Amino acid sequence: MPAERFRQPSVLPGFGLTFGFTTFFLSALVLLPLAALALMAGSMHWSDFVRVVLSARALGSYRLSFGASFLAATTNLAFGFVIAWTLVRYQFPGRKAVDALIDMPFALPTAVSGIALTSVFAANGWIGRYLAAFGIQVAYTWIGVTVALTLIGMPFMVRTLQPAIAEVQRDLEDAAETLGAGRLYVFRRIVLPTVLPAMLTGFTLAFARAVGEYGSVIFIAGNLPMKTEITPLLIVIHLQEFDYRGAAALGSVMLVISFVVLLTINLIHSWGRRRLVATAH
Amino acid sequence: MALGVRLAAREELATRPGRDTLLTVGLRWLLIAVSLAFLAALLLAPLATVFVTAFSHGLGAYLDTFDDPDTRSAIRLTLVSAAVVVPLNTLFGLAASWCIAKFEFRGKSFLLTLIDLPLAVSPVISGMLFVLLFGLQGWFGHWLQDHNISIIFALPGIIIAEMFVTFPYVARELIPLMQQLGNDEEEAAITMGAGAWMTFFRVTLPKVRWGLIYGVILCNARAMGEFGAVSVVSGHIRGLTDTMPLHIEILYNEYNFVGAFAVASLLTLLAVLTLVIKTSVERTGYKRR
Repeated sequence: MPAERFRQPSVLPGFGLTFGFTTFFLSALVLLPLAALALMAGSMHWSDFVRVVLSARALGSYRLSFGASFLAATTNLAFGFVIAWTLVRYQFPGRKAVDALIDMPFALPTAVSGIALTSVFAANGWIGRYLAAFGIQVAYTWIGVTVALTLIGMPFMVRTLQPAIAEVQRDLEDAAETLGAGRLYVFRRIVLPTVLPAMLTGFTLAFARAVGEYGSVIFIAGNLPMKTEITPLLIVIHLQEFDYRGAAALGSVMLVISFVVLLTINLIHSWGRRRLVATAH
Repeated sequence: MALGVRLAAREELATRPGRDTLLTVGLRWLLIAVSLAFLAALLLAPLATVFVTAFSHGLGAYLDTFDDPDTRSAIRLTLVSAAVVVPLNTLFGLAASWCIAKFEFRGKSFLLTLIDLPLAVSPVISGMLFVLLFGLQGWFGHWLQDHNISIIFALPGIIIAEMFVTFPYVARELIPLMQQLGNDEEEAAITMGAGAWMTFFRVTLPKVRWGLIYGVILCNARAMGEFGAVSVVSGHIRGLTDTMPLHIEILYNEYNFVGAFAVASLLTLLAVLTLVIKTSVERTGYKRR
């Protein structure tokens, strides 16, 4: 039995050059720094590691970072669905412009969205003043953090949902309605099962993006330890104090938690797929 | 009587699927209104506030911001670093997409995962990776200090951080596009005796040019606007290692709102331009994924 080839034969040239350049580039820019992070966090004594990553201040920052990211991704689940549905199903003046605008948070530098959101939602801002009248303070509280993270995650949710909603078969919906199904029943039994995987994917992407977000949050957050301090900011503070080991420890904890969350949601995702296939038979 | 018949007919019509009833029309306008209100509050209001605040003290105050030598040096540094980062990342994107889209080899999904990694990692962690390598307490810190080379808190660090954060963009536009277009035309060109470079420049490049243009534009916008990663490696030395997004932070924290939003307005225009180019690229028939 011949050994399996590393690469399947092709008449096209340039594999050696492009493969060599790609691997060199990725090794220097990605693998080497990741190894530095692992070595730095690994060189700590475990008791120091635990002291840093389980300090009250760190725990407070996880609660805010992961909690606000979860709330923001959930908000996006609801509003992102409505926006994607509106853009796919309905015709209205300015639809194309709105569709193009969805990518704005992706193209806009985070520092710009940070200061702009802060001034809109501050107590004297365009929207903040009306909320302040009801006693709701957005800027410099966890609500502000959630607002910023919602903005950051929105394009991921909408762009994931749009193709999924376009795929929903309208003749199935029509058939169900002629057979006497109500709108809600049609939505629950035909639309929702088709878009559910996309909703989970969009949720994951929005959540993962929100957990690491820095620029747009620090302006609106207030940055009080234990209250409105996100984990990425705590890492920056460690770095500014030249405590590289502490920063590396927090960074590796963030990476691991994000990885576990992504893995869990991917498992739910594949479970949903299997269930969908099973019910189809 | 005639009215009764007509009403009955209308009721009969209304029960047919796909017909507009009061409920479906009402729902449609409600959903459109909710979408527009959400986007107006979260997107349009912040965009408008950038320009309104930037011009709140008139055109003169707006322009004065750009007379400040620190602001000018921030703009210059942003342009210089992008001028290094974007060509290098374009080269990487072309090489990686050729290698991954044109050939079948082991470990391809590992390479793809590495390419996606910067998009999943917090920008702060991206910057920290290079501080751990090149910072004073980092792995190469003492060696660099002995040889009088500064990377962190200097231009090379900013360039490396921007490269890390933005190298996936060109590759991620080109790989799916090249995979979708297939290898037939390239194989035909090669078997008929065209050279490797000729095949690339005359066959492949024209096919993927719109994807390439959009990838480069996006890479440029992200590089110029990167905040978290650059903020960690730059050291915020005013007039020396401040890029435009960092300068916005400094001006904002000094309560110089006109200045902060004036610099922000330039980056906002860059983002708008990026979206305009994206939309017109898509209008040429090229669709992302």
